Amino acid sequence: MIESYGTAIRTAFEYILETYPESFVIGQGLWSPWYVGNSMTDLDKRFGIERVIDTPVAESACTGVAIGAALAGMKPIVVHPRMDFALYAMDAIVNQAAKWSHMTGGQAHPSVTVRTIINRGGEQGAQHSQSLHSWFSHVPGLRVVMPSTVSDARDLLIASVLSQDPVIYIDDRWLYEQEADIPAITEVDLRSIGPAVVKPGSDVTVVGSSFSTLLAQQAAELLAEDGINAEVVDLRVLNPFNPEVVVASARKTRNLIVVDGSWASCGFSAEVIASVCESLQPGELATSPQRITLPAAPAPTSGVLEATYYPTAQTVAEAARKMLG
Amino acid sequence: MHWELDSAFPTKRNLGLGTSLCSRKPIWRGNWRYVVYCNSPNPMTLGSLAEPTAHQEPLDLAGHDSQVLIDAFTSMMRIRLVEQKLARMRQVGAIGGPVHLGVGQEAVAVGVSHHLRSSDRVFGAHRSHSHALALGASVEGLFAEVLGRDTGLSRGMGGSMHLWDQPNGFYGSVPIVAGTVPLAVGAGLAAKMQKSGDVAVSYLGDGAVEEGVVHESFNLASQLGIPVIFVVENNLFASHMHISLRQPSNSTARFAEANAIQYAVVDGNDVTAVSAAAEELIGRARNGQGPGFIEALTFRWYGHVDWREDVDVGVHRAPDDLENWRRRDPLSRLLESLISNDCWTAADAQQLQDSLLIEIDAAWAVAELAPYPASEALLDRVYYQDSNHGIST
Repeated sequence: MIESYGTAIRTAFEYILETYPESFVIGQGLWSPWYVGNSMTDLDKRFGIERVIDTPVAESACTGVAIGAALAGMKPIVVHPRMDFALYAMDAIVNQAAKWSHMTGGQAHPSVTVRTIINRGGEQGAQHSQSLHSWFSHVPGLRVVMPSTVSDARDLLIASVLSQDPVIYIDDRWLYEQEADIPAITEVDLRSIGPAVVKPGSDVTVVGSSFSTLLAQQAAELLAEDGINAEVVDLRVLNPFNPEVVVASARKTRNLIVVDGSWASCGFSAEVIASVCESLQPGELATSPQRITLPAAPAPTSGVLEATYYPTAQTVAEAARKMLG
Repeated sequence: MHWELDSAFPTKRNLGLGTSLCSRKPIWRGNWRYVVYCNSPNPMTLGSLAEPTAHQEPLDLAGHDSQVLIDAFTSMMRIRLVEQKLARMRQVGAIGGPVHLGVGQEAVAVGVSHHLRSSDRVFGAHRSHSHALALGASVEGLFAEVLGRDTGLSRGMGGSMHLWDQPNGFYGSVPIVAGTVPLAVGAGLAAKMQKSGDVAVSYLGDGAVEEGVVHESFNLASQLGIPVIFVVENNLFASHMHISLRQPSNSTARFAEANAIQYAVVDGNDVTAVSAAAEELIGRARNGQGPGFIEALTFRWYGHVDWREDVDVGVHRAPDDLENWRRRDPLSRLLESLISNDCWTAADAQQLQDSLLIEIDAAWAVAELAPYPASEALLDRVYYQDSNHGIST
């Protein structure tokens, strides 16, 4: 069936709410079409406002509520329509959800999904633009999922809800219009999901996640015009991170570029490059690994500055050309 | 908007749960308030409840089942002796990590827990030994946990500040102040969705109500009609700071009023008063009438952490006050009343103490010999270990 990234998320919600009576959704804006794009349209009408709960302005408590409900046997999904606001919920996510299994000796585990949305551009400025997946990926106990493809947007959301562990599921509004013909739903075990090669190549490995995977793929097309055959790896699951696919690809192409939608400092691109360097022998890479990230500044408001702030497919292609000299 | 006083609410209530009563006088006490909504021009204060020299008298046991009271005394004494053991063991260095002791506060957990069942969902905080023990947690399991042993309540992974005993209804305690308050609301929401008639309980302190998430949680619980009981153990101190240095009023129940949550303010050193409030509010919550709030005024005899009294480091923690609060002892007051009502004798109490001390020493001895978690536990318990991991097919 043809789905867009946004409608695929909605399909996942529909499947979860229909199949698992213990599931429910809680968060701000769930009864409003403009908070969550087309990704949750009319779910409240179909499943009732007691299972699709639009809430007071209380990110912190809503996230804690979802965790507590999970400990009591439910499968909650808490939605933060903008990741910036999820910062209010960091205690619930980092201190409570992430650590519950470990500090109770593995006897209890909140099976909770925290869906946060990256929503930036359009002169929204510093507090409506952030991509903080690197923070969440720093924390043992959280699973961090960043779908890039339409099918992953649907199937990895379902896998996140079915996971027995707390999952941060991050989708990106800049991907909502992507369309694909995808197969029927299959439930997958999130623990079996990891980075995957989405476009094979031989000259340079370009690693991305979520929207930056799209940039990598577009860059690969530009590079193909120059006779450069790039391999694109989509990270999909950032925590716990399994670097094997990236390492194998880098060993093969001997050149590595990581594109990441967050900042460089302690960012996920650094984790990918470090993991590869730790696994390869000196000399296995022909060139120094490069990362393409946001400049070390908050997101600007002015459209002129925004245009220089966000990397594009051209930025990525240019870096590859330069690397391959 | 105006909420009417619940007409079904009794102004006097006989708490007797059986037929063996000490006497049949009504027991309603002056230091109990039950307000749905009041438009008082005066800020709420605790009045004499916060006075260390007040309420030192024995309890009025009229209308109470003597066996229930003796059971409550037994539970309170077990908690006290366990915590005193922990204090000594921490002092001599046998315990590696901090212990936050609640000696002097035993009546709160015991009074509340009397009305709970194992399918209820109770959450605590850093000072939660009493909360777990009052629900029936194993003393040996608690000791083993404090000692970081694999046989502990949290399999040696939590220590004193991260207790877990879900089979008895204790969902967990953590030391992030207010961290579990929204979790309790969520467990209550789950109970509502599951139509189980269970309630959640959130134990928090007067310091926790200064955290923002607590107010979000009150509002959510009220708006969604969630069966959760907030039990504020107001011991007048957050760590070293007296409440007068932290809040404009010493009564935290003003936040229940602000959120239209039914509440009671009681002498937390009177187990009958706590029990009466808990019975009413838990009953309402089970019947789908939404959240409740109990403010129980009490005092801890030790300092914020470990065995010291901390009169030197406490701001407004005067030795005289501590002495007076010791006279307002929830155990002595109940015991005196039991004896004067001919329900029990001093010899009975001595015998109980002797047998509890034997039980506690034996539990400690077993806990001390238990193994530590295997080294694999460090990584194996980060994520849940389960073969099918929720996949339905």
